[in-house]
Parts: sequence; structure tokens; C-alpha cells
Amino acid sequence: MRRYFGRKLLVYALTFAVAVTVNWMIPRFMPGDPVASMLARANVSQPQAVEAMRTYYTNLFGLDEPLWRQYLNFWGALFRGDFGTSIWVFPTPVSTVIMGAVPYTLGLMIPSVLLSYFVGNRIGAYAARRKLLDNTVLPVGYVLTATPYMWLAVLLAWGLGVVAGVFPVAGGYSFSIRPSLSADFLLDLLHHWVLPFFSLFLVALGGWAIGMRNMIIYELESDYSNYLSALGAPQRLIRRYAFRNAMLPQITGLALQLGVLVAGALVTEIVFAYPGLGSLILKAIQNQDFFLLQGIFLFIVLGVLIANFVIDIVYVLVDPRTRTGMAGASA
Amino acid sequence: MSLRVTDLRVHYKTLKGDVRALDGVSFDVGDGEILGLAGESGCGKTTLGKSLIRMDGRMRHVGGKVELDGEELPIGDDRRMNPFRFHKVSLVPQYSMSAMNPTRKIGRMVGELLRSRGVALDQATLESRLDLVGLPREVLQRYPIELSGGMKQRMVMVISTLLDPSLLIADEITSALDVSTQKSVATALAGFRESGVVKSMVFITHDLSLTYQIADTIMVMYAGKLAEKAPAKTMVEAPRHPYTKLLIDSLPEVGVRHTERRLAGIAGSPPSLLDPPAGCRFRDRCPLAFDRCAQEPPPVEVEPGHVVACWKADA
Repeated sequence: MRRYFGRKLLVYALTFAVAVTVNWMIPRFMPGDPVASMLARANVSQPQAVEAMRTYYTNLFGLDEPLWRQYLNFWGALFRGDFGTSIWVFPTPVSTVIMGAVPYTLGLMIPSVLLSYFVGNRIGAYAARRKLLDNTVLPVGYVLTATPYMWLAVLLAWGLGVVAGVFPVAGGYSFSIRPSLSADFLLDLLHHWVLPFFSLFLVALGGWAIGMRNMIIYELESDYSNYLSALGAPQRLIRRYAFRNAMLPQITGLALQLGVLVAGALVTEIVFAYPGLGSLILKAIQNQDFFLLQGIFLFIVLGVLIANFVIDIVYVLVDPRTRTGMAGASA
Repeated sequence: MSLRVTDLRVHYKTLKGDVRALDGVSFDVGDGEILGLAGESGCGKTTLGKSLIRMDGRMRHVGGKVELDGEELPIGDDRRMNPFRFHKVSLVPQYSMSAMNPTRKIGRMVGELLRSRGVALDQATLESRLDLVGLPREVLQRYPIELSGGMKQRMVMVISTLLDPSLLIADEITSALDVSTQKSVATALAGFRESGVVKSMVFITHDLSLTYQIADTIMVMYAGKLAEKAPAKTMVEAPRHPYTKLLIDSLPEVGVRHTERRLAGIAGSPPSLLDPPAGCRFRDRCPLAFDRCAQEPPPVEVEPGHVVACWKADA
């Protein structure tokens, strides 16, 4: 058990190091000069002043040092929890900017991923046992899972937002309300949350339902199911076993999905102008904000790694076969 | 008489029509008798085994009946058959290696299975059965993956016989095992009969020499019909049906160098059961075939307990 997790942690640490390096490289080798764009925004006409400001900013962001130093500084700052200062909203530290957006993204992602997972698996399991349900769930599932996130998002925004006018189409909350812990604000928050949530939830739902249906059918045809039927065991017991065993590949799927969904949420957030990490990424790119971009990517990488590690642990708990594998030779 | 099968006909529904996998088979198995069921693949032996406990979705009970201890088994009716399964008729399947739920500890699975059939788990019986097949009691705390193939096979045998069924069907259970394990599994099966756990047994295999070691009676099937049924010794030493003769001739013998004497086989292959030819089904491959074989030979008891379906059985 110790060795297994030790090995896993090593792999995660390596992945993290590579991700951090790539993360550091991408904005620096991207075309464009962020300092120049800041100066252009400052709109200063005197050449001396421009030169002084350039020196100041370059020094401030550490861009005057050789690349390898910048790289080492980056790691050093990382361990101090310092992601640097944002260029786009200049004096604000990157960590503050990210922390402002994280609750929105997590509030959107966690419910949509987990709910679609549980609901989808349930629907799939039911579909596997009823012909009528199977004939309806399967086609709907295929359509849903083939739908691009953003297209469904646009469709929902247009249908329920613009035409029906039931839900607001943009923002995390109304502009007329200041964020506070009042009931009004929370209700408004929820109101704005519904559409982006549904667009993510529905697309993921179809995939889970189809996957589960196929897995259950496979498990019900398996040898242990046949043996139990031959011994006259009731369908209830056989289905219970099949459901649990069919769940295992779905858990792996969940781990994979978590990484992909971050990207899915990005476009969804942009469609709904939702103030989460996705919108932040777009703004950071548009404003050539190295530090903000790095910070967000790092955050996402960390999130995916942690989610995968949790799934690894869950897998060990639910599948005895991984546990025996860990012990090396079969005991 | 423990099991009596009369003119049993079971067909497989296919898009091209019915495949007559069992086309009128009759036989008896007495109390305490082990019947070895042999034949090449496609002869209907597995279909027969399945028909006695659980038909799969494509199988149709077309005719004939099966009686166990004087009671007729509703083999064509899955729901009505259920009370008989496990209690009266039980199965050691071909796929014992994967017959247990991989994510449950064996002991827990057995408990859940018994409870679902409304029987309380009797720990003492379970343990004595484990002793009988030579499994340590710790296996109940293990997952199936932690057991070797032979251990899984014996564990499944223990589970299947836990409710002391009257009839046990063992379907090709030794095919996936190496020779030494085959022997121990066969011995364990015979042990179940000796200790009275099961009354009678149908042992399905394509391995005639293994059948000979544990069966009292051997029945050879060909293309969905009975070819010959006789006490094991008679079957091997004095077979009457030309198919059985050729089948036994094609077995390798210990001590014979096959570089010197080529091993005989049976030329040709069995007829399609989709639309089988009239008359004796072995006719096309039979060295003794003559005009009369165009009519179907009825099974005839040539000696007590020795039934042959061949016009030349006396020859």
C-alpha cells in the first residue's frame, strides 16, 4: 500500500514539475510584449517617461534577468505562495484575482460533474433493464453527448434567456447588486447559475448514461451473472453486483472527465460571461498577462492532479483487484 | 430413478430457422449414478446440460419432458424453474474461473447468495465442504482473484452443492485445467457423490478418458441424438456404435509411439443441425453405412444398460 501510493505521488510530483515548466515557458515564448502594451495603455507621450516606466516595469516583473534566473525565481516564488502581480489589473496580486474567480468555477463545476455523474449512471442502469427506456434514453443520450458545450450553452441562453426571459443570460450576479451574504444576493447568484450549470450538466449526462447502460449490459452477460442466474438468485442481487462492477470503469471515466471539463467550463463561462476561471483565462490572454495566465494554469493543473489522486484512493477502496495488485505477488 | 429424460427436443432460434441441437434424446440416471456425457463439439451435450437447469434466451423447449425424483421439471419456463435451481438441480459451470463476483469476498458472496434464496448460511456445513475438497477456510476471506484456477474451480463446486442438490450438472469443468488438477477435480466430484452430498451427476466432457475414470455410465451423443449409452467399462472395451468405436480409436494410448502408428481420426464433420438429413446422422462418415441407414435407427437395448442407435449394433 505504501509503495503504491509512494509511486503514485512520485508520478504526480513529476507531472507537476513538467506542468510548471511548460506553464512558465508558454507565456514567455508567446508573441507580444506585455510591458509595451501596458505602456501603450498608460498613454504617456514623453519618451523619457516611457523609458523610465519601461525600466521600472521590466525590473518589477523580473523580466530584465536572464531566462534561467527567471525560471528559478519562478519556482522560488511558487513555494512562497507568490504567483506574482497581475498585469491586467495591475497592482493586485495574481492569487487575489484567482481566488475571486475560483468560487464561481468550482460552484459551477463540482455540482455539474458530480450530479451528471450520479444521475447519468442511474439513468443508464435503468435503461439497461427496460426496453422502452432504452429506446428513448439511448438516442437522447447520443444527441446530448455529441452536442458541443458552447452550442448547448448558446441554445439555452437564447431559448430560456432571450426568448422566454426566465433566466439572465450573462454575469455571475446582477450589476445592480453588490456581493454580500444577503438572501437577495444568494438568490440572484443562484438565478445566474442555473443556465451555465444546465449546459454543462446536460452534455455530460448523456455520456454517462450511455456508458453505464453499456457497462451494465456487459456485466449482466458476464459469467458471474450467468452463474448466479443458474443458481436461481433473484435479479435484484445480480443487478446489485452488476451495478457495482459497472461503476468501476465509470470512476476512471470521471477522473478523465475532470480534466476535460475544465476546458468545457472555459467556453461555457465565456458564453455566459460568468466570472470564473474560464473568463479570467480569456482576459489574461487578451491582455498578455503572463502572471495571471500562469497562476490560473497552475491552479487548474493542481486541481486535476488532486482530483486524480482522490480518484486513485477511491479506486483502491472500491476495487479489491487494485489492492491485490499493490501487494505484489498474490498472497 | 433420479433423473428421467424422455424424448427431449430443444431447438435454437436463429434467423435461418431452428437449429435442432437436441432432437429427441431419452435416458435415465439412477440414484447415486454418475453419467458421463461425451461427444465432439456441437453434438448437443452442453445444450442438454443447460436444458436441465437454465436455458439461455435463444433456446426453445420444443418437446419431451424431464423428471427429477418423480417430479416434472418445467424446463421451458424460467420463472417456474427457479425454485428447483440450486435446491434440486445445480450446476458447476464451464467458466468456473470467472463464475464468482470479482469484487466480493467469497464468504460474503456465498452468504448473500444463500440469503437471497431464503436459506440461512450454515457455517459448519460450509466449512466441512471446504475440508472435503481440500480448501483452507481462509478462502472465505479472500477475493476470487486471490485463488488459483484449481482453487476457484473447487470453490465453485462447494458453492453449487451447498444445498445438497439431487442432480449436479458438471459442464466441461476440466477443460481449462492442467492434467494433474483435472484429476483432483474429478476426485472431488466423485467425493461429493460418495459422501451423499449430491445424489446423481451428469458429467459433460469431450474427454472420454477422464469420463472413464469417474463415470459409472457413459453416454455418447452425435449431432443432437443419442448414439450409445453403456456402463463405462463396456463403453471403452466393447463399444457397439461405429462412431463410438472410431472415437475410442482416436484416443492416444500410453506407451504407443505415434511416430510408428499414426493416430486415427474420424474423417469429415458432423452434419448441420439447421436442416439435418433424414436417417442416421453419422451415415456420411460411417465406414459401415449401407442402404438401411437412410432410415433412422432407433435406440435399442442390446444388453441390460447398453443402448445403441445403429442398425449394425449386433455386428
